[in-house]
Order: sequence, then structure tokens, then C-alpha cells
Amino acid sequence: MTENGHFVTLAGVSKRFGNNEVLHTIDLSVDLHQVVCLIGASGSGKSTLLRCLNLLEPVDAGTIVIDGQTITNGPVDVNVLRRKIGIVFQAFNLFPHMTVLQNITLAPRKARGLTKAQADAEARELLDRIGLVDKANEFPDRLSGGQQQRVAIVRALAMEPKLMLLDEITSALDPQLVSEVLNLVRELAQTGMTMILATHEMSFAQEVADKVCFLDAGVICEEGPPQQIFTAPKEPRTREFLSRIIEAGRL
Amino acid sequence: MGRFLHAFFSPLGLRRAVPQVWDGFQTNIKLMVVAEVLVLALALLIAIVRGLPGRSTFPLRALAIAYTDFFRGTPLILVAYVTALGLPSLQLSFVSNQSLFVYGVLSLTLVYTAYVTEVYRAGIESVHPSQRMAARSLGLNYAQTLRYVILPQAIRRVVPPLLNDFIGLQKDTAIITVVGVTEALAQAGFYSNDFFSYAGYMVAAIFFVLLTIPFARFTDNLIKQRERRERAQLA
Ligand SMILES: Nc1ncnc2c1ncn2[C@@H]1O[C@H](COP(=O)(O)OP(=O)(O)OP(=O)(O)O)[C@@H](O)[C@H]1O
Ligand SMILES: [Mg+2]
Repeated sequence: MTENGHFVTLAGVSKRFGNNEVLHTIDLSVDLHQVVCLIGASGSGKSTLLRCLNLLEPVDAGTIVIDGQTITNGPVDVNVLRRKIGIVFQAFNLFPHMTVLQNITLAPRKARGLTKAQADAEARELLDRIGLVDKANEFPDRLSGGQQQRVAIVRALAMEPKLMLLDEITSALDPQLVSEVLNLVRELAQTGMTMILATHEMSFAQEVADKVCFLDAGVICEEGPPQQIFTAPKEPRTREFLSRIIEAGRL
Repeated sequence: MGRFLHAFFSPLGLRRAVPQVWDGFQTNIKLMVVAEVLVLALALLIAIVRGLPGRSTFPLRALAIAYTDFFRGTPLILVAYVTALGLPSLQLSFVSNQSLFVYGVLSLTLVYTAYVTEVYRAGIESVHPSQRMAARSLGLNYAQTLRYVILPQAIRRVVPPLLNDFIGLQKDTAIITVVGVTEALAQAGFYSNDFFSYAGYMVAAIFFVLLTIPFARFTDNLIKQRERRERAQLA
């Protein structure tokens, strides 16, 4: 598998936008089949961290090793790397000019080289799993937000990734649509998918995470098992963040 | 008043002018069709070049910018003179022995490609960056992302302005008359010399308008349809 048994290893990763250091010497490891939740205030760098992991953003310092491959220096084929890593965004980002089925099959056909028949069959199987086969030929704007986000997740899964990155995927949804998306993520966790998710859904993080990392101003301030982080945080900043969340009624 | 009506609108004059002007107008249609096909393809190419990433592509991008700046700023009539009269005078084997029709198409293509490049570019830029990001994160490469995700959305959005530019091109085919291409305006001129009547010009005008109206209506309808669809989506 990889270096000291971890599937993903970040060592001393830093990222700047101009003079703004958004990530500051981040160390983090994720094992195969682990679910890691990133929590932290808005602007703490959760999205940036996820985007660095599939090289949507280049890092300024440090190394990232994924599945035994160092991706932060040397020649890396980003397109090959990204096929191993699925990412789902807050805003779904489905392709509006394509049907649900076309959204899901585009990358498998063009990047994995499947035939249309193969890709269609796989996509329908995935859609069946999430109960949306009957929407295969609809355009995204005919779907509810929850349905769109589940299609976006399935679109990423169609590349058969070894790692899924989920960036606040329920933040843009009406409250009554959140659970259908979280159910799908829970199922993924049960099938052993390795995942890193940025989330504001603290109770969900508590339930599915093997490890929770609290990010504060670009630094991993505290990490540990969810029970410890949510019930007995060591760092004052973690405590402060969680008490604010509790006040807001989100835990 | 009577003299005026007679000179421009005598029924006999109009009827007599139709076949002769129609003869020339077919050339306008050919100029338009050939130039439009070339413009659509070349402008897309140049718009893509202008958007290329990376430092190594800078010379190409600079060339594309220079081209659009130059030909958007130069009057078509001037470009027509320079190509149709200038190129033959160079006495080069291929460039200098083309027909006037070819030089006409070349002039129209050079000028309109510059306009249409800008239209395409606006379309490409109007596609939200998150679309590109989503496509790239699925493992599609730059070219695949452009081909399957960016361009289809961009082109859909610019169809109305593209059609507007083509109405302009359609009319500007008449300018090519100055270098001696026998199109509708030229035939109308011959007619007026032969018969001391402006009816030929009137007929030419009617032809141009008849060609433009369906185009313009089509464009209007398309825009209206889009607006309706977008409003329906918001609701
Ligand atoms: N492309 C960019 N250019 C410049 N600054 C950026 C860019 N992307 C993010 N930033 C900055 O980096 C910091 C961290 O942003 P990031 O989106 O990673 O935070 P986040 O933890 O995901 O916040 P949120 O919970 O609001 O999504 C912010 O200060 C943001 O303004
Ligand atoms: Mg974020």
C-alpha cells in the first residue's frame, strides 16, 4: 500500500494565496477505509486542503503522498491522479447541458476509455442504487438539490476512485434534503470507501468519522477520535468553536 | 415626385431589373455562405488559442490578440482593396492568381473572424470556472474539458450574437463590389446605366431585406425562447 501503512500522508503542507497563508505546515494521515472529517470555522482552509489533495491547487511547501505516490513533486500526471480521487463540491457542479446519464458517463468514457454501452450500464447500476434510474434522461435542472447532489456523488463514484473528498456537500441543501445525501455518504462509509470530508454537520461527523480534525486558521489545531473531540476537547480553541456550534443548535 | 417614383419604382423597371440583379445576388449568397463557414471555424480556433493556459503559449496568444485587434479596427473596404488589388500585384504563385471571388471571401473572412472570435470568447468566459474545475477533477484533460464541457455551454449562449454578426456579414457582401466582383450591387449599377433607372438598386435592396428578415426573426425568437426558459427555471 504505502509509506508507513497510511493511504494518504501530508507532511508540512503549506499553501499561500498571495500573502495570505491559508494552510500552515499541515501534517495529516488517513488510512485505507478510514473516514476523516475536517471541521472548523469558515475560512479556516478546509476546502483549500481538499483541493490541494487532487492538485486543483498546487501546494507551496511540504509533501503529499497518496497510494504510495508522491504527488507534490516530480512528474505527476494529474489526469491519472484525479481518476483515483473523486471530489464532490458544495454547489454540485453538474454539467447543465447534459442529462444525468451523460453527466455520469462522460468521464468513464473519455478518461477511463469505456464504451458507451459499458459506461451506460455502470451508470444505470449506480443510479439504481440511489433510486434515481428513472431520472437518467432528465437534465439536472429538473432535479431537486438533494437529487442533484446524489448524482454528483455517483458521477464521482463512476470513476471508481480509491479516495473520495467531500466538501460541505450538504451546505447548499434545504434541511429536509440533507438526510438523503448523508444516507448515501453513510452507505459509502459502510462499504469501506476512504473519505475525507469537510462538514458543518457535527452530529454526522460524530457518527461516521474515524478521526476528526479541527482546523483553525490553516493549522490542524486538534485531531482525534470523534468521541474525544466532541466530548472532551483538549484545546481551548476547539472548545470555543464547539460551544459556538452548540449555541447555534447544530450539535 | 412623379419623376422620383418613376426613377425608383416604375413597375416595368422593377420587373425588368429582377433577373439581372438576381444574377448578381447569387454571388452575394455564395460569398456569404462560404465566408460564414470559414468564419465559424477559424474564429473558434482563434478564441481557443486566446484562452490557452501556460507561459509557453504566450507567443500564440499574442498573435491571436494582434490579429483580432488589427482586423476589428480596419474597415472592410480597405481590407478588400488590399487583398484583391494588393495580393495579385505581389506576383506570387498561389496567393496572386486567385479569382476576385476568392479575394472577396478572404476579405470578409479576415474581418468577420475577428468579430466572431470576440463573441466566442465572451461565451467561453461566461461559463463558470466551477464547471472547468468539476470536469478536471473527474480526470478529463484540458482538451476534453473544453470540447465536452466548456464549448457546448459557451456556444449555446452566443448563438444570438453570432446570428447578428452574420446579418452584418450578409449585408457587407455588397462591399466586395468595389474590387470588381459582379454581385447584386454591381448588376444594379449596370442596370441603372443601361436604362437610366434606379429600379435595379431598389430590387437589390429588396433582395437583401428578404434575406435578412427570416434571419432576424429567427434570432429574436431564439432570444425570447431563452428568456422564457430562464424565467421558468427561476420560478
Ligand atoms: N482562489 C483563491 N484565491 C485567494 N484566496 C483564496 C482562494 N481560495 C480560498 N482563498 C482564501 O483562503 C482561505 C481559506 O478558504 P477555504 O475556502 O479553504 O476555507 P473553508 O474552511 O473551506 O471555509 P468555508 O467553511 O467557508 O467553506 C480564505 O481566507 C479564503 O479567502
Ligand atoms: Mg469551503
